[in-house]
Amino acid sequence: MASNEEILAGLAEIVNEETGLAPESVEMDKSFTDDLDIDSISMMTIVVNAEEKFGVRIPDEEVKNLKTVGDAVTFIAGAQA
Amino acid sequence: MPRKVVITGLGATTPIGGDVPTMWANALKGVSGAHTIEADWVQKYELPVTFAAQVSTPASEVLTRVEAKRMDPSTQFAVVASREAWRDSGIEEVDPDRLAVAFATGIGGVWTLLDAWDTLRDKGPRRVLPMTVPMLMPNGPAAAVSLDIGARAGAHTPVSACASGTEALQQGLELIRSGKADVVMCGGAEAAIHPMPMAAFASMQALSRRNDDPEHASRPYDLNRDGFVMGEGAGALVLEAEEHALARGARIYGELAGTSVTADAYHITAPDPGGLGATRALKAALFDARALPSDVVHVNAHATSTPVGDKPEYIALKEAFGSHVDNVAVSATKSQTGHLLGASGAIEAVMTVLAVYDRSAPMTINLENQDPEIPLDVVTSERKLPGGDIVALSNSFGFGGHNAVVVIRNV
Repeated sequence: MASNEEILAGLAEIVNEETGLAPESVEMDKSFTDDLDIDSISMMTIVVNAEEKFGVRIPDEEVKNLKTVGDAVTFIAGAQA
Repeated sequence: MPRKVVITGLGATTPIGGDVPTMWANALKGVSGAHTIEADWVQKYELPVTFAAQVSTPASEVLTRVEAKRMDPSTQFAVVASREAWRDSGIEEVDPDRLAVAFATGIGGVWTLLDAWDTLRDKGPRRVLPMTVPMLMPNGPAAAVSLDIGARAGAHTPVSACASGTEALQQGLELIRSGKADVVMCGGAEAAIHPMPMAAFASMQALSRRNDDPEHASRPYDLNRDGFVMGEGAGALVLEAEEHALARGARIYGELAGTSVTADAYHITAPDPGGLGATRALKAALFDARALPSDVVHVNAHATSTPVGDKPEYIALKEAFGSHVDNVAVSATKSQTGHLLGASGAIEAVMTVLAVYDRSAPMTINLENQDPEIPLDVVTSERKLPGGDIVALSNSFGFGGHNAVVVIRNV
């Protein structure tokens, strides 16, 4: 099980890999679409990579609820628990 | 008279140079882009052919990591070549609604398609990435180029196997002549040096087996030719209505004076042994350009180095040009670049434009014993083209019986 900080760092790495955004710009309160300018195709790629990295399953219907980076961190932490 | 169409920008990424100046310097010198493939899949699958002509500058050295990740290699090559052509054209401003794309491929995103299939089988459907479809679609290169330069007057993808790149130039010419566009980014891209297409082309006995000597494997017109060498890369040409180019004081390389496309309707892969379809294409292209056979000083031949393919092209040239065929300097540049399939016509059009512009024909290498049944005047040493008004042709023929010819005239 990873801590929230570890999950955030892992997500930032995945976002950087997919979009080129600096890992430090991936902060808990940032919106994937409005702040990070991540489109739906990139979002799905990030989700699939996060599933593999954290060993969780993020259902498709859940993805639309993951509005901020913090939402994703919380969901992944909950799914790992 | 139809609108006159000129060429104002050139781009390329090829096995003999990652940009046009490097490619052209090598083409005039005569170098081979064919080498043993270093990838582990050659041994893993025990491929009967272990070499190819891979791009000399990987696209990953030119594009950003994020750009490259979202593109199949064929699209990466298209974007690299078209960016060079766009910069070279010097166009600073153009009405996006008057700017079109005609970017061909023979096969499309075969790496993406087969990687996704491997992923599906090994890891399941969840791991098949959402970018898979836009990356594998054959219109991927045209679409990416359209996005990159903001072209909104249509993005077209002619697909006619190894004639695709040349057919793109026909589409570009027609778009400008018909008034649908003023500027068209034309080209062709291919990235099929993958174990599956390599196995398939080898299986049909189309590839040279000269595994111990890749640099001498592509030998068009030579008695000991035994097949083509797979190449990869892209070529791009900016076509522009002449008045549009003149209004902005553009550097003009030459005129795309005419094109033609015909079909053999003879056999799915074998060329018509009498070269009838190719002859019709040559005659129609000259007619379209309002040129006479005697105007032609140079031909960049299709000449892939297969035992059955090279001769029918000679028969067609002889039929179309008559005795003038003896006065034409013929270059078989696939001897250097290998066969770039759907990109070959675009690369060879770039070379033909430069041959007319620089009055120099590119080299044919590896011609040691010329096939006596193909008595063409093949360019095997430095060759200047005459001054005055000249015309040069580039031929491309593809599986499916596709024949395409473009005619370049000096300006």
